[in-house]
Amino acid sequence: MEELIQILTRTLVYAIAMITFGFFNAMIMGYLERKIAAKIQRRPGPMEVGPYGILQLVVDGVKLVSKQIVIPRDADGVLFRIAPLLSFAPVVLPFIVVPFSKSLQARDFNLGLLFIVTIASINVLTIVVAGWGSNNKYSLFGAMRSVAQNISFEVPVLLSILCIAMMTGTYSMQGIVEAQDGIWFVFLQPVAFIIYFVAGLAETNRNPFDLPEAESELTAGYHTEYAGFAFSLFMIAEYANMFLVSSIATVLFLGGWHGIPLPFFEYTGALWFLAKVYILMVIMVWIRWTFPRVRFDQLLNFSWKYLIPFSLANLLLTVILIKLIPLVKEMI
Amino acid sequence: MSGYFSDLYTGAKSLLSGMAVTFKAFMAPTVTVHYPREKIDVTPNIRGPLTLIKDPETGTHRCISCNRCAMECPSSCIDLKGEKQEGVKGKVLVKYVYDYTTCSLCGNCVDVCPVTALDFSSEYELASVSKEDFYFDLLKEVQETP
Repeated sequence: MEELIQILTRTLVYAIAMITFGFFNAMIMGYLERKIAAKIQRRPGPMEVGPYGILQLVVDGVKLVSKQIVIPRDADGVLFRIAPLLSFAPVVLPFIVVPFSKSLQARDFNLGLLFIVTIASINVLTIVVAGWGSNNKYSLFGAMRSVAQNISFEVPVLLSILCIAMMTGTYSMQGIVEAQDGIWFVFLQPVAFIIYFVAGLAETNRNPFDLPEAESELTAGYHTEYAGFAFSLFMIAEYANMFLVSSIATVLFLGGWHGIPLPFFEYTGALWFLAKVYILMVIMVWIRWTFPRVRFDQLLNFSWKYLIPFSLANLLLTVILIKLIPLVKEMI
Repeated sequence: MSGYFSDLYTGAKSLLSGMAVTFKAFMAPTVTVHYPREKIDVTPNIRGPLTLIKDPETGTHRCISCNRCAMECPSSCIDLKGEKQEGVKGKVLVKYVYDYTTCSLCGNCVDVCPVTALDFSSEYELASVSKEDFYFDLLKEVQETP
């Protein structure tokens, strides 16, 4: 009985903390995105609400919550209502295994990496559910594009993750971070890192791969029909997905919570982790406001002609080196 | 197959140079002026609503109530009245109401004025919910401005 209570409390604390973090992350990233976009376009960005407009996203949130959610007459009511909630599952669940620091981790199980990859692919499903349930051609097209895109980009993501898994011999997130005590894997596997990052951009449907929500062609893609809080759930999920992709990149390639030791490093390592993640996310925003959207054939060509062959070659090279290096060492 | 690697090279190079462009723009100062708090100087040629020029020597307007501006005005938006007063040479201006709602800012009144009493102001922040706010009493204006 006591154990049950303990498990329930842990789950509750985790769920509340993660959902709060999801919202908070969306607020920070929303603000950063608008400010960086403004700076790149040489505008000041939001300036009216609070000093330097830092409360702008709070006001936007209040506005979105207070809006009515209009359900189109011919939409599939159940699917339409489920989709935004479903988009929240891949936000909350993968953070179970994300190692914020040595001790700040909900659960470290030995298939952590696979768990994240699996849960994160629910995201595509929610987009399809939203697109189908809306009964709108724009939404459906956005959803279809998203599926095609994710199918072709999941392969290079997995292949580059596999390189790291082979090098460390574990799928546990904490194990991978600890394996980078000496040197970060980005220096050993730069190609895998670039491939992962590019494919991760496509996975999160960010520019320049944001075909599922291409404004100029599909109004807003799969969330065309959504308003108010349902829409903001999609936005929060998008930013949380960005966070997730960046945090996997940090764990796999950038040494996770490793950094200059701080007092109470078991917990304060999270500062290094968050700093690395947010730098990657800022780079994503930077990329978004630099490049135009790719065409659909360019998108698929890029994946099948460049990312997949390169990640396969990289995988092969990794395998050979993993086998070869111990032999060479033995000979010496 | 030809051009496979050169495409990759030129593509990566152009992506990086694109990111350098946006990075430079990011570091550059903003060019937008924060309007209600910051204002930029307007050109002196701006045609704002009419004003009566205040003569620095006499401290009042130079209008001789000749009515030429009112006659010249294509949309009859000037309504002025001069009175003969004792001890004063010429007419004295007692009323100069200017209807900005119909004024097309053609400038005929300014050109025709024999004593250069009229000019365009450089006022541009004009907004109101009532039409009456745009019937400017220029005489009162010139008397009240310090």
